[in-house]
This record gives sequence, structure tokens and C-alpha cells, in this order.
Amino acid sequence: MRTIIFRTIAPFLTALMILFSVFVLLRGHNDPGGGFIGGLIAASALAIFGIACGVASVRRAIYFHPMGVSGFGLFLAALAGILSFFKSQAYMTSQWLIFELFDVEIALSTPMVFDIGVYLVVVGAIGSIALALEEREND
Amino acid sequence: MAGSSVSVDLSQAMATAPVAAGDWLVVAPSLLTILGGSLCLMLRKNTDLQPKVGIGFLGVLVLANVALLLRVLDHGVITMVMGSWLPPFGIAFTVDTLGATLSLIGAIVAFCAGVYGAATVDSTGRRYGFYPFLLLMMTGVSGAFLTGDIFNLYVWFEVLLISSYGLLVLGNDRIQLDGAVKYGVLNLVGTNLFLIATGMLYGIFGTLNMADLAQKVASLEDPASGTLATVAALYFLAFAMKAAAFPVNFWLPASYHTPNIVVSAVFAGLLTKVGVYALIRVFVLILPASLGYLSDVISVVAIATLLTGALGALAQSEVRRLLGYVVIAGIGSMLAGVAVGTTLAISGAVFYAVHSIIVMTALYMMAGVMAMLGGSYDLRRLGGLYAKSAAYSAVFLVLASAVSGLPPFSGFWPKVMLVKAAFADDRAWLGAAILVSGFLTMLAMGRVWIFAFWRGGPEGTPDGKTASVTTVPADGAPQVSGGAVWVPLGILTALVIYIGVQPEWMLKLSTQGAGGIVEPLDYLRSVFGVPG
Repeated sequence: MRTIIFRTIAPFLTALMILFSVFVLLRGHNDPGGGFIGGLIAASALAIFGIACGVASVRRAIYFHPMGVSGFGLFLAALAGILSFFKSQAYMTSQWLIFELFDVEIALSTPMVFDIGVYLVVVGAIGSIALALEEREND
Repeated sequence: MAGSSVSVDLSQAMATAPVAAGDWLVVAPSLLTILGGSLCLMLRKNTDLQPKVGIGFLGVLVLANVALLLRVLDHGVITMVMGSWLPPFGIAFTVDTLGATLSLIGAIVAFCAGVYGAATVDSTGRRYGFYPFLLLMMTGVSGAFLTGDIFNLYVWFEVLLISSYGLLVLGNDRIQLDGAVKYGVLNLVGTNLFLIATGMLYGIFGTLNMADLAQKVASLEDPASGTLATVAALYFLAFAMKAAAFPVNFWLPASYHTPNIVVSAVFAGLLTKVGVYALIRVFVLILPASLGYLSDVISVVAIATLLTGALGALAQSEVRRLLGYVVIAGIGSMLAGVAVGTTLAISGAVFYAVHSIIVMTALYMMAGVMAMLGGSYDLRRLGGLYAKSAAYSAVFLVLASAVSGLPPFSGFWPKVMLVKAAFADDRAWLGAAILVSGFLTMLAMGRVWIFAFWRGGPEGTPDGKTASVTTVPADGAPQVSGGAVWVPLGILTALVIYIGVQPEWMLKLSTQGAGGIVEPLDYLRSVFGVPG
């Protein structure tokens, strides 16, 4: 698969897909999207980069091991529910922080943190499976 | 969302009363293990730090469970609804004495396994994720014991199963993959049946909350209707598969001897008992009427399980496989309690579950010690262990007596309760089967004692002679005797002796736990508030 067209396009495509995955992740609370589907898009971006330029360069580019990424995601998702402890509410009760920045309403919330956690879990888990499969093929 | 200008009366859908900080203990076991497991996953390259973090979190898990149990004993059943969404739509964690007791015992066993694992799991195994998998399996086990929602119970089952697949193939050996396939296929079928039954239940009642289901089933005109009978039969088959009851028990001896010995230990202790717990929870709390017409079937299954387990144990010469059959015999005793279904019988089954969790884990750890001292798990190659270590022999003798149900150890009291309950309910055959199975188990354990400990050396050593063979510890067994072996084995053996000599505490817990689901008024009240 290492044709010159693919190898030239792949980095741009990967960057674009990761950007799009973040967009899908953040719009997810009220619109179609969310952590899981965003994570899948990002993982397929990593897979494309791996097919084009080799698994080693993907591993270098993401720096952390994919399993570590998914571990961090799980940690983040579990922590997101704890904030309600300080307001004497049940676990996972959503907390919202809504403010205006340059006339745009920004809504930060614990469901978003949870979604980011899910995103990282999916990127890490699917990414490590994809990379492992591609590695076997290239050996 | 919260920022909208339309005013909505959220108190209809959300719990608005402040949640006491102590009630957070309800989610603490699952939460702590998720946090610990993910932390260990991030530390996967650091194989020296991982055990410390993992064991630390498991220690905190034990403390959290102690606090939770004390709070349940003090305040009665505690419910916490996730995200404040009220049941029956929100997911409720409802903790009664039964759940809290089993969760505590599970945590103690997991802590012991974490410590023991430091001696048996090498750095490759740690990199493959022994500690993350162990902690995440405990997330599933604790969640299953503490949840009050039947679909959520299914999800926790999946969590613990997925982690257990990971633990099972930790070394990537051929034999491990073989065992994992058998284990995996049967458990997949089991969970699918569980899911189908849950789907049918949801189709009938439109709710998944256990307390809500219990109320709705109880208010039916014909609680023994055909549809509900199908659901009950599916649940029974699904949980019987998990628990390794006859005739769906073959996967257990086929897979439990393949992984690292500490993994076998924690599986034998916990996983089948989660199946029994789910059986008790679903049948006694939600479908008590089905227990009426299924009890004869369960009796037959229990008797067959008791006998298969004990006879299988007699026939084996591999210590780990032998112990696998002893686990199955124990499952038969618990099923006998479910079959009888009176408060005494259920509390006997709960007590037996506690005993079995502790003693089976300890026995598998002991098998690891035998492989360390004698270099093999095969009874034909073992021998002369008493000469090598009198202290370990004493521990084995205690555990072997306990698992056969001899006084003054922990196995005696639940057997007394179960036999008494069986005879009181005119099920003499069931009582007799428990006694016969106990006797055969004693013979099987006596065989291990004579072959591995008492005789002078391996097969071929002449009578009265002591063969001095130097042996290297077997793979996957602890390599040297030390604190990491003695501490967990010591804790579990001390518990076995303590429960045997001082059974009042455990008796109180199991009676209260059984009473709490046979007469679930407190449980329902905790979920729905005080009925007006």
C-alpha cells in the first residue's frame, strides 16, 4: 500500500480525520456524535496512517502506548462522576458550567469529560488492535 | 439541558434529596477498582510499581467494603441512583446485607490474590496486565454484588468476564488458549441466555429495576404463567452455566488448571459464586413463585452436581483439576440451598458461598505451594512434602478439613444448616446427597494428603523410605516461599479457622442477608422511599 499518492495524502487525511473526530466528540451531547463514534474515527485515522507510513511511525507520533491512552480515558471517565460528591448528589450527576466567551455560549460539563474519557478508551483500544494487526502484516 | 429557560419540575424524575457522604460507599468498590485498574494500565511498563499500586488499591477496596457492610448493618439497605435519575428508569445500586457481605469477602480474596500474584506472576505477566485485569475483574464482581438493576447485573457480568478472559490467557500458552476457548464459548452462551431472558422480562414488565420487578411480579394474578416460566427456566440455565452446575459443568475442569495458579485461585473463589449469587438474587427476590415449581428440577441438578463434583475429584490425579471438581461439589451444596428455598436454606447457601470463596482460593494457593515444594501438580510425582515443610502441611490439613465440612472449620456450619433445612423440608435425598458428597470430598482430599504429603516420595518410592529428591518449582507456581505466599495463605486460613470457631458473626450476616431477600420489604422501601 505504500504508493506515493497514498503516502503523500495520508498525513493530511489523518490530521483531518482527527480534527473531525474532535468535532464529532464535542457536538455529541445534543447532536449525533459523541465519544464512542469520535473515538472510532480517530482510531481509523491512526490505522490509515499506519497502513501508509508504517506502524513504527504511528507509535512515534502518538508517543504514548495506545493501552496507556485507554487507561487514562477510563480513569478520566470514572473521575468525571465524582464531582457531584462535593454537592451531596449521587454519583455521575451531571455538573454544568455555562459562561459566555466573546458572545458565544460555552457549556462545560461533566458529561463532556466523561465523553472525552470514552473517546480516549476507544482510540486506545481500537487503535492498539489495529496497530497490532497491521504490524503482523508488515513483518 | 440545564441552561434552558423552560422550567421543568425535575423532582419527578430526579432524586433531589442530598446524598449523605457515607452512601457513596455504595459505588466505592466499583469506582476504586476502575481507578486502580486504569492506573495500573497506564503503568504497564513499570512492572515494579504496578504490584504496589494494585495491592494498595485492593487494600483500600477491603476497607471500603468493611465500611459499607458496617453502614448497611447500621442503616439498613442503602440505595444510590446513578446520575440522580430515579428508578425505575435510572439505574439503582441497592446494597443489602447479602450483597455487602459477599462483596467484602470477594475483596478480601482479591487482596490476597494480589499479594500472592506478586510471587507467581513474572514481569511478562505483569506487562500483559495481571493487575489491571484483576482490578477490573473486581469492578465487575463488586458491581454484580451491589447493583439493584438486572440489566446492570448483566453488564457487570460482562465486565468481569472480559477481564477474566484476559487473566486466563496471560501467558499465551497453547493450553491456555485451549482452556480459554472452552471457557469463553460456554460463558458467551450463558450470557446470551441471560440477556435474552432479561429482554423477555423487560418485554413483560417494562422495567429492569429489581425492586420494581419484584413488586410487579408479586402483583400478577398468575405468577406461574407460561411466559414467566420460560424466563425463569432461561435464567436458571444461564446462571447454572456460570456456576458450573451439572450438566453444564464441563468447562470448569477443562479451563481452571490452565492459567497461572493465582488466576485459578481467584476464579475458583469468585466467579462461580457470582453465578450462584445471581441465581439467589433473581429467584428469591424477583421470581419467588418460579422457585416453587422449579425447586424439584433444582434439587435434581443439585444432587447431580454434588455427586459429579465429588466423584470427579476422586478420579483426578492432577491437583488443580481435582480442586476444580471440588469447586463444582460446593456449587451443588449452594444449589441445594436454593432448591429448598426457606430462609434457613438460603442463609445456609449464602454462608456456604462465603466459606467456599475463602477456602477454594486458599486451596488453589496451596496447590501452588505444593508445586513450589514438589515441582509438579501431578499427584503421581508429588510426595514427601510433609518432610519438606510441616507448616504448609498443617495449613493444607486445615483447608482440606474445611472443604470436606469437618468441624471446627468454616465448612461445617453451612453444611449443618443446609442438611437441616433439607430434612426439615422433606427432601431427605438432598440432605443425604450433601452428606455423601462431603464424605467423598473428604476421601479425595485425604488422597491428596496421603500422596503428596504423607508418603516418603513420588510414585515408586518404597514404603517406609524417604526419597530425597531435589525439585525445581513448577512454572506459574511461586518460586520461593516468602511473605507473598505466607501472608495471603495465612489470612485466608485464619478466616477459615475463625469462622469455624466463632460462627456467630457469619451466621448473623447470612441469616440477615437471606431474610432480607426472602422478605424484601426493606429492599423495596430503600429503592422507592417509604410507601405512602
